[in-house]
Amino acid sequence: MKEFEAFDLPTPSRINYINAQYGLKSWLLTKDHKRIALLYLASITFFFFLGGLYAMMIRLELLTPQGDLLQSTTYNKVFTQHGILMVFFFLIPSIPATLGNFLVPMMIGAKDLAFPRINLLSWYVYMLGGLITIYALLAGGVDTGWTFYTPFSTTFSNSYVVAAGLGIFINGFSSILTGLNFIVTIHTMRAPGMTWFRLPLFIWAHYATSLVMILGTPVIAITILLLAFERVSRVGIFDPALGGDPILFQHLFWFYSHPAVYIMILPSMGVISELIANFSRKNIFGYKFVAFSSLAIAVFGFLVWGHHMFVTSQSIYAGMIFSFLSFAVAIPSAVKVFNWTATLYKSSISYDTPMLYALGFIGLFTIGGMTGLFLASLATDVHLTDTYFVVAHFHYIMVGGALMGYLGGLHYWWPKISGRMYPEGWGRFSALVIFVGFNLTFLPQFVAGYMGMPRRYHAYPPEFQVFNVLSSAGASILGFGMLIPAIYFVWSMRYGRIAEGNPWHLPGLEWRSQSPPITENFDTTPVVTWEAYEFAPPEETEIVGKFAGELETAS
Amino acid sequence: MQSWVPFIPDSASTFSWKVDAVYFYLSGVTLFFTLLISAVLVFFVLRYRRRSPYEIPRPIAGSHKLETLWSVIPFVIAMTIFGWSAKVYFEQYSAPQNAMEVYVVGKQWMWKIQHSTGQREINELHVPVGKKIKLIMTTEDVIHDFFVPAFRMKADVVPGKYTTQWFEATKTGTYHLFCAEYCGMNHSGMIGSVVVMESREFDNWLSGNIANTTPAVAGQQLYQTLGCVSCHGANGEGGRGPTLAGLFGRQVQLAGGQSVPANEEYIRESILNPQAKLVDGFGPIMPTFQGQISEDQLVQLLAFIKSLQVQNPQQSAPAASPAPSRATTGPTPQPNSK
Repeated sequence: MKEFEAFDLPTPSRINYINAQYGLKSWLLTKDHKRIALLYLASITFFFFLGGLYAMMIRLELLTPQGDLLQSTTYNKVFTQHGILMVFFFLIPSIPATLGNFLVPMMIGAKDLAFPRINLLSWYVYMLGGLITIYALLAGGVDTGWTFYTPFSTTFSNSYVVAAGLGIFINGFSSILTGLNFIVTIHTMRAPGMTWFRLPLFIWAHYATSLVMILGTPVIAITILLLAFERVSRVGIFDPALGGDPILFQHLFWFYSHPAVYIMILPSMGVISELIANFSRKNIFGYKFVAFSSLAIAVFGFLVWGHHMFVTSQSIYAGMIFSFLSFAVAIPSAVKVFNWTATLYKSSISYDTPMLYALGFIGLFTIGGMTGLFLASLATDVHLTDTYFVVAHFHYIMVGGALMGYLGGLHYWWPKISGRMYPEGWGRFSALVIFVGFNLTFLPQFVAGYMGMPRRYHAYPPEFQVFNVLSSAGASILGFGMLIPAIYFVWSMRYGRIAEGNPWHLPGLEWRSQSPPITENFDTTPVVTWEAYEFAPPEETEIVGKFAGELETAS
Repeated sequence: MQSWVPFIPDSASTFSWKVDAVYFYLSGVTLFFTLLISAVLVFFVLRYRRRSPYEIPRPIAGSHKLETLWSVIPFVIAMTIFGWSAKVYFEQYSAPQNAMEVYVVGKQWMWKIQHSTGQREINELHVPVGKKIKLIMTTEDVIHDFFVPAFRMKADVVPGKYTTQWFEATKTGTYHLFCAEYCGMNHSGMIGSVVVMESREFDNWLSGNIANTTPAVAGQQLYQTLGCVSCHGANGEGGRGPTLAGLFGRQVQLAGGQSVPANEEYIRESILNPQAKLVDGFGPIMPTFQGQISEDQLVQLLAFIKSLQVQNPQQSAPAASPAPSRATTGPTPQPNSK
């Protein structure tokens, strides 16, 4: 075996990025990408549990068919705020702003991101957006749905639409700043020898995500600005009573919000590529294809927004084109799943917690992706759109996909981030609980959806109760499962076993620094002479398939 | 309401089984790939579990051949779904010419329905079995969505325009009607039912319910009171304004050379915003009626204009009921019946 420990790891210094400086000021004014990642980690965790609280209120209300726990206006605010917090303040920043911020420089052998001050600014912008949104929630809440459809949001809603919109508008700039920072860093700050095709797939995924962030986010910013403008000054843009077009809003909204799904899922796919390769000690099957498929998804993701609008009176011919493109964009995702699975062939698979999340991701993402085809397909979408089938589908992508990837990545890099190991037994146990709870919550919703239960219903006909009871039972298991890691991560920061520099014995650059790393990441700039995921020397590479000329070689 | 297949809602329209067939095909494909991936995963995870902490497997290069194979196969399957589903969708949204028309106006939080024979209903729609029904829908406020799961049909109801959908019920019974687009406080209360009846029962229902003036006749009265008559003529024969008789469904030549079909959308726009599309040869002299008339009244005017056929000048009544399929049983509109 190649001795990964022998990567002349420097004698660990007692000084690292966490204890290099003390005091609140040293955190709030830090320019270290790793500290900023921790600021983000704390903030998004707060928003995640706040959003989760709303989810629990939804599931409690839906336990019975009558609207008996919450008033209908309260219920409408609860699901709206669940959506806004989870989408804009948790899922979109989740992996890029925490793991990405921490690891993009480390994985390419850089000392920091290209613009450390802009990186800190992005966190302040995020917090400002978050605080304004929290103000909107406390002042009285928003009841438009996270989709803000007009003319309800501009003319009919009596809630704090402009304040919440302002929060989301401001928050968008933190995405743009992060994306910009990543693109410049990946282009200009790779260590000597770190060529594009030696980059870990995590980096490729973040590169693709960053493109979507800087190209898509301005559109939602403009859209929300127009919405606020119409609401405040009554200039007709979207409300037909003022001469506007309500469908225009949906086009603009989904032109961002569909690509936003890829902002959430692409980084997670990057994490999964890392986990699959590293916990099976195998190079990714078809590295280049997986790398380029991220870019393909990012680009083609901009061309499918109309599949949210098949029943909105959009032209049926436009519907057909959007349906066709949506099927086409599913193919690169499918191939990723096949390539990850193929990577495991003749590999050496460990059952550590991160790998459990990765395996769970593949299964759940397959279901999430395949049920997406039901909605890309026109005739079935007519029946299924705006029902619980849609709710189940996007939770399979966003929770089963994005969140599983995030949790898997957090476990995997936790020793690097905190310098401590999380408790492995509890880790596996909670991964299992989350997997079971998740499926119990959302599988019944597919059925309820096909049976015809519309989404965003505060009360519902009694024949749907059985599905809702199952769902609520699952949600309580899921919620319990989420609490366990929250507790043991905090616990491990003080009491966890001390992690060595390379606790998983892996070849990646981020593992060639001490844990936790020093502020500059590496003592000296590393020189990269190896391929991504090079566990064994390239001459041992086994060839599959007949035509050696066609093959992508690992070297 | 359950059908004999578990987890499938009642099927009560000609589309139900067509949509279900696509759904079964998709479910089969989904189940196949999910089980395949899961089985392979489980097999690999057990077979290739790490047996010694020191083992390093041999690297394997990717294979373009395999990757091409597993790109092309899903793509081909995806295209079969796409094509089949698009075909059904095309039928769902292409209303037949001879359908019986029903007007639907959504409003926070109720459905107002008016038959072309004059009966009005709220949150209920009575229809005969085996007849093609076309819904012409709009809303007074926000976007709603007229969703009948048993018919597998759904269409948004959008303010400022008419949307349409059609169906043919195949089974008598009472089915859920839901608003499927979130529309504010009492969204989940904006529900009702569609009652599908035998033809004879439906006729009884029609005669048992006092028919208000039909939309076409009510429209004619509006046509008088709003003063349309002075420019468009008592029978829509035209004058200072363009001819309305026989207008519906024709191509209209606009000033500037374009031509547009005179459909519901066009007539609505021409009433609310007459300057938007001027008919060739006419000046911009018509006042706007934006904010002057309600959605219900618009629907009535529309029904009246549709009923105006090219006719002899001495006849002064709307010549035909706007619903050809019910023209024989529906009460004939009587102009100035009071």
